[in-house]
Amino acid sequence: MSMQVTELKNTFSAAFESLQSGVSNRLPLWVEDLRLRALEHFEAVGFPTTDDEDYKYTNVAPIARGNFQPAAASDASGIIDPAHLEQFIYEEADGRRLVFINGFYDAELSSLDALPAGVIAGNLADALNGDAGTMLKNFLARGAETSGDDAFTALNTAFLASGAFVYVPRNVRVEAPIHLLFVTESAGEAIATFPRVLVIAEPHSEATIIEDHTALVEQASYFSSPVIEIYVDDEARVAHYKVQRESIDALHVARTRVEVGRAGIYDSTTINLGSALARHNINLQLRGEGSETWIDGLFFGEGTQHMDTHSLINHLEPHCTSHQAYKGILNDRARSVFNGRIFVHPGAQKTDAYQSNKNLLLSNEARVDTKPQLEIFADDVKCSHGATVGQLNEEELFYLISRGIHPELARNLLTYGFAEAIVEKIKVASIKRQLDEAILNRLHASLEA
Amino acid sequence: MLEIRDLHATVDGNEILRGIGLKVRAGEVHAIMGPNGSGKSTLSKVVAGHPAYEVTGGEVLFEGKDLLELDPDERARAGIFLAFQYPVEVPGVSNAQFLRLAYNEKMKHTGDEELDPLEFKDLLAERAKIVEMDPGLMSRSVNEGFSGGEKKRNEILQMAVLQPKLAMLDETDSGLDIDALRIVAEGVNKLKSPDKAIVLVTHYQRILNYIVPDFVHVLYKGRIVRSGGKELALELEEKGYDWVKELDREAATVGAQ
Repeated sequence: MSMQVTELKNTFSAAFESLQSGVSNRLPLWVEDLRLRALEHFEAVGFPTTDDEDYKYTNVAPIARGNFQPAAASDASGIIDPAHLEQFIYEEADGRRLVFINGFYDAELSSLDALPAGVIAGNLADALNGDAGTMLKNFLARGAETSGDDAFTALNTAFLASGAFVYVPRNVRVEAPIHLLFVTESAGEAIATFPRVLVIAEPHSEATIIEDHTALVEQASYFSSPVIEIYVDDEARVAHYKVQRESIDALHVARTRVEVGRAGIYDSTTINLGSALARHNINLQLRGEGSETWIDGLFFGEGTQHMDTHSLINHLEPHCTSHQAYKGILNDRARSVFNGRIFVHPGAQKTDAYQSNKNLLLSNEARVDTKPQLEIFADDVKCSHGATVGQLNEEELFYLISRGIHPELARNLLTYGFAEAIVEKIKVASIKRQLDEAILNRLHASLEA
Repeated sequence: MLEIRDLHATVDGNEILRGIGLKVRAGEVHAIMGPNGSGKSTLSKVVAGHPAYEVTGGEVLFEGKDLLELDPDERARAGIFLAFQYPVEVPGVSNAQFLRLAYNEKMKHTGDEELDPLEFKDLLAERAKIVEMDPGLMSRSVNEGFSGGEKKRNEILQMAVLQPKLAMLDETDSGLDIDALRIVAEGVNKLKSPDKAIVLVTHYQRILNYIVPDFVHVLYKGRIVRSGGKELALELEEKGYDWVKELDREAATVGAQ
């Protein structure tokens, strides 16, 4: 074990000690126990290195070198002017917005006056401390027991002190989206934040969750390591948007863990725009017969951004479908990694799994490492996967140019067109509009002649 | 309007055009016929400025100016249009968006008024009638999932929107059934005017029953081996392309003497 990693552990261990000595944010004993075990697990496994197969192409050493200090709740409370959050608002979620500063729930900045009866959306710590808190024992950090945690997820659990809790009871449909806005305000300090989300959608319920990671200062340097757990019960339907628009100097290592029950529907769209280094670990468990899932994403990297998506889709039961489409646009010296594993367990007959990762390189110095993987242990399944890496198509380009469109505009139009399949799928109009703008900004152009 | 003098062009180092001469005046319709591989499509692509083709000799003048000096998008804005033999599918870019951008680029070039999406929608609906095009196709990605006939009609629709001075139609008749051929041909006829010229590149005489040419040129092995009036197309239809080979041998013999 290298000295650096040891030191890093000591940084987080010391921070953990001081968190423990605080009296203000006590959680139930079982949660404290969970946190302690998570810290121990983190100390045992340590941060991954490029010797680990899963981190072969993504070097997380900058996180080790950064000497990031876990943010404390008191550091950020009351310092944010609500007007500064205007830029991050999705109007469709008015009255259903939870705001978190450095991972900590901020009741003042949140607005929750438009939630249907019975739906709970609020501070995870309050939920854990509340009357029904022990019921969450079955859900919180379930992945740690069933599939074992990686260092980042364990670290997030170890520093659990706040977060989002969304509960949609049986038969309740939340038509409009619930926006979980995680804002980092580091005030120039190298802080670490550990946003945490727990979503439980009971049978026959419906909800749309927007998980949004951003920063007040565009060039702030910090480490953000969110974990979201989503439980989609039988015949429930959850749409999940993850918008990663962190500061351009942020380091972002995220975990999404989802379990889908019988005939449940989970539809996710991930948008990766921010961070110097962004790693997204997705773990999807299709646990009930006939569940249907979409796991789509778009990433657009420029400069020296590094964007890595690792997904594991576990088909555990028969008649489940998973569709995964990830599209990446890379400019300058940006780099992306896609590793998509589909695992079809014995007995998961009639599985229908489709996976694709298409990449568009706008520069000769951009780089992509893509690896779709199928592991099939059932004999009656339909599985396909594919990956492409390419530049703009010369014939398409000539076609547009031959109609009098300037070459630069034609290139932008084709690049935009490449992203369109993912953009088009977004049902929340203001996410779509903001994404459109972000793409056009990156192309340094508007699509006007 | 268009004057081509002793044009030579290569693709991947192979010489495809070996000295083409052609003069097209405003208001004229020219048909260029010839067997497969004779260089018909190459000629239209060279005039449009396709980057895969290299001009190795000769000149092309458009309205008296050196066309080869211009980039392909500049040629289009100057009034040159190529209807593709195989129209390209452009996923994610809607027909309406694409056509409006092209239209506005041209308006900007000529100093005319550009149109916003709503204004353009009206113009597009009106022009779509010329080729009996389903307006529902306008919001779809360019040519994506279009039938062969719809793709060809879309080319003529683009021509109707951009109103080029010189339109080159590269085998626009290929792959069309008789009804689609009639619709496309009638569309082209509606766009004919005394200040515009049309060059039809075709393998078959069939389309010339609908769009009647003033001149017919027979291309073989990168050279025009015979030019004449519309009756030349009928003669060619009757005698077949073997006759062209004879014409070429005669020309070679004459050349040798």
